[in-house]
Amino acid sequence: MRSISTRLFVILLITTGLVWLSAVAWIFVSTRAEIERVLDARLMEAGRMVNSLIVSQEIDVATAHRPEASGLVHLPSTYERQLSCQIWSLQGTLIGRSDGAPDAKLSDHGDGFSETLIDGETWRVFAIENAKLGVRVLVGDNMRIRDRLVSDVIRGLLLPALLILPVLGGLIWLSIRRGLAPLGRIAGNLAARPASDLSPLDGADAAREIEPVLRSLNGLFARVAGLRERERNFTAFAAHELRTPIAGLKTQAQVALASDDPAIRNQALRQIVSGVDRTGRLVRQLLDMSSLEATEQTAPASPVNPAAILRALGDELPRGEKGLSITVGPDLETIRLAMDPDFFRLAARNLLENAANHSLPGGTITCDLATRGDAVIVTIKDEGPGIPEDELHRVRERFFRGRNRAPVGSGLGLAIVELALERAGCSLELRNDADGGVCAGIVAPQVLVRQVDAPVTPFQGGSWTGRG
Amino acid sequence: MRILIIEDDAALRDGLRVGLSLAGFTTDAIETCDEANAVLIGHSFDAIVLDLMLPDGSGLDILKALRERGDKIPVLLLTARDSVADRINGLDRGADDYLGKPFDLDEVAARLRALIRRAEGRSQSVLQWQNVTVELSSRNVEKDGVPIRLSRREFSILRALMSHPGAVLSKTQLEDKLYGWQEEVESNAVEVHIHHLRQKLGAEMIQTIRGAGYRLGGES
Repeated sequence: MRSISTRLFVILLITTGLVWLSAVAWIFVSTRAEIERVLDARLMEAGRMVNSLIVSQEIDVATAHRPEASGLVHLPSTYERQLSCQIWSLQGTLIGRSDGAPDAKLSDHGDGFSETLIDGETWRVFAIENAKLGVRVLVGDNMRIRDRLVSDVIRGLLLPALLILPVLGGLIWLSIRRGLAPLGRIAGNLAARPASDLSPLDGADAAREIEPVLRSLNGLFARVAGLRERERNFTAFAAHELRTPIAGLKTQAQVALASDDPAIRNQALRQIVSGVDRTGRLVRQLLDMSSLEATEQTAPASPVNPAAILRALGDELPRGEKGLSITVGPDLETIRLAMDPDFFRLAARNLLENAANHSLPGGTITCDLATRGDAVIVTIKDEGPGIPEDELHRVRERFFRGRNRAPVGSGLGLAIVELALERAGCSLELRNDADGGVCAGIVAPQVLVRQVDAPVTPFQGGSWTGRG
Repeated sequence: MRILIIEDDAALRDGLRVGLSLAGFTTDAIETCDEANAVLIGHSFDAIVLDLMLPDGSGLDILKALRERGDKIPVLLLTARDSVADRINGLDRGADDYLGKPFDLDEVAARLRALIRRAEGRSQSVLQWQNVTVELSSRNVEKDGVPIRLSRREFSILRALMSHPGAVLSKTQLEDKLYGWQEEVESNAVEVHIHHLRQKLGAEMIQTIRGAGYRLGGES
């Protein structure tokens, strides 16, 4: 049963019906017992009365056999002739009987109550033996009449119930509908919403039972709205940031089309090629950023080997005509970091690219390990011009490109590094090295660090040198 | 017509510099606010192409400084932000025109010509002196209805003189109109171009004012 109202209706109807039926059963049993008790008492009383009348000679035992002479009152009702009376001599002859009493002996028992089957009908009989007069008085009740009495009472109870039950059903149905109306209102409210409407549902007049659902729904709305807001901001941001390089590409293409001078054309085409590279990198970084921002939870942390990742990234790095060399210190081989490898790779790649872009031709990029208090630091150091001190606090801003900018930079790299490290539970440290160049540090708290044994033969010459 | 381009994106800056010089402008390009503020004191540019977002500040600051000095040089703003609010803000801060990126190089050139024309107080894009007609957008020159072929430098000198009829332009002023910073200027270059112009348009077209410079000859 999918519908709450149908289920409630059926449950209520069945339970109400069951309560009613058990009440009827209980009334049936207790009424029967009560009637039994009352009628038995009457039977006893009637027997004693007849006996006392015989004793006081008011009933002449000799003439009592005539039906007309019966002293019993005839009630004009369905329960007429409920009582039957027989007077037997102790020798076994019928001395007298009441009108309508059977001819057969009502009971063979001596004193007290008994039940006898006569002509297919059960009789409840009370017997009194009068030894002095030598008679036995038997007063009997037809059980059929007793049963009818009980069943009449029960019928009196059940008949109105049959009439009331449909009315009760209707009332239950109406109550359920009214009770569930707030749910219907919320459903209607939700159904009528346009997809863009993520405003919270009004829970001021909501029932207490619905409030948790509303709260959860509103929480979900808030999260979805936040995510969508971030995506919208990002889209606007991305579109905006792509316009300048695209304008550059278009202008250079128009220059190439407009000029007859091969030198100018070649220069423009070269600019287009490097412009496409730059724009491609910008797009990749924008996508990195967007996927970082969309990640609500980090993937389960797995051990990252910083040395291996740095070496692999160093191999991929386009070092072009600069002839750069990259060294990865052997100490890096001795630790594993518990974090998502993708986050480390993203951060390290952007830091390495930055270092390569700002390096002077023939320079060296040095990756090494430092320890400070409760943290280890993976450092990536270049030999470039460094970051002007007054720009150090701004370089992590998105799209900020300082005075010592690289031609291929987008201003996104450090923002991505910071975001990725933040997601991984680490942080980024940037400073100008004493002997020139930038030293970027991936600061990992000790809880994320595990020491491992360095390989037996680490690297020739103590450090690995990349192709360059 | 000498144009200063202030744009931080290298490819775009280079494209504008080369592209606008192909369209007949003399172009110089810089990329920061600092450079702009230094260059724009006592400059000889006819118009500025200005990017809004520069590494060390906003193009609007350059614009503000210019207008505070009373400099009326036409400024064409180039920007990636071109919502209506951005455009209104830029124009209200003293820009003369506004183009959103990406733009068409020819449109930049046409807008610059229009800006310079308005700044020189003309409504036509055609200059006329006696029987010589100069069409600025197509750079066609005619004498008595006959087309005359001029080199880029010759055209620039003729255009500068015809834009200010009656005014005397010094040799240095003419050199400034002709050459960007990166171009080597031969000491007698202006004299050589004037000589060629006189050959093509007639000796009386340009007068030499001894010790002062050159101006158009005769009456309009």
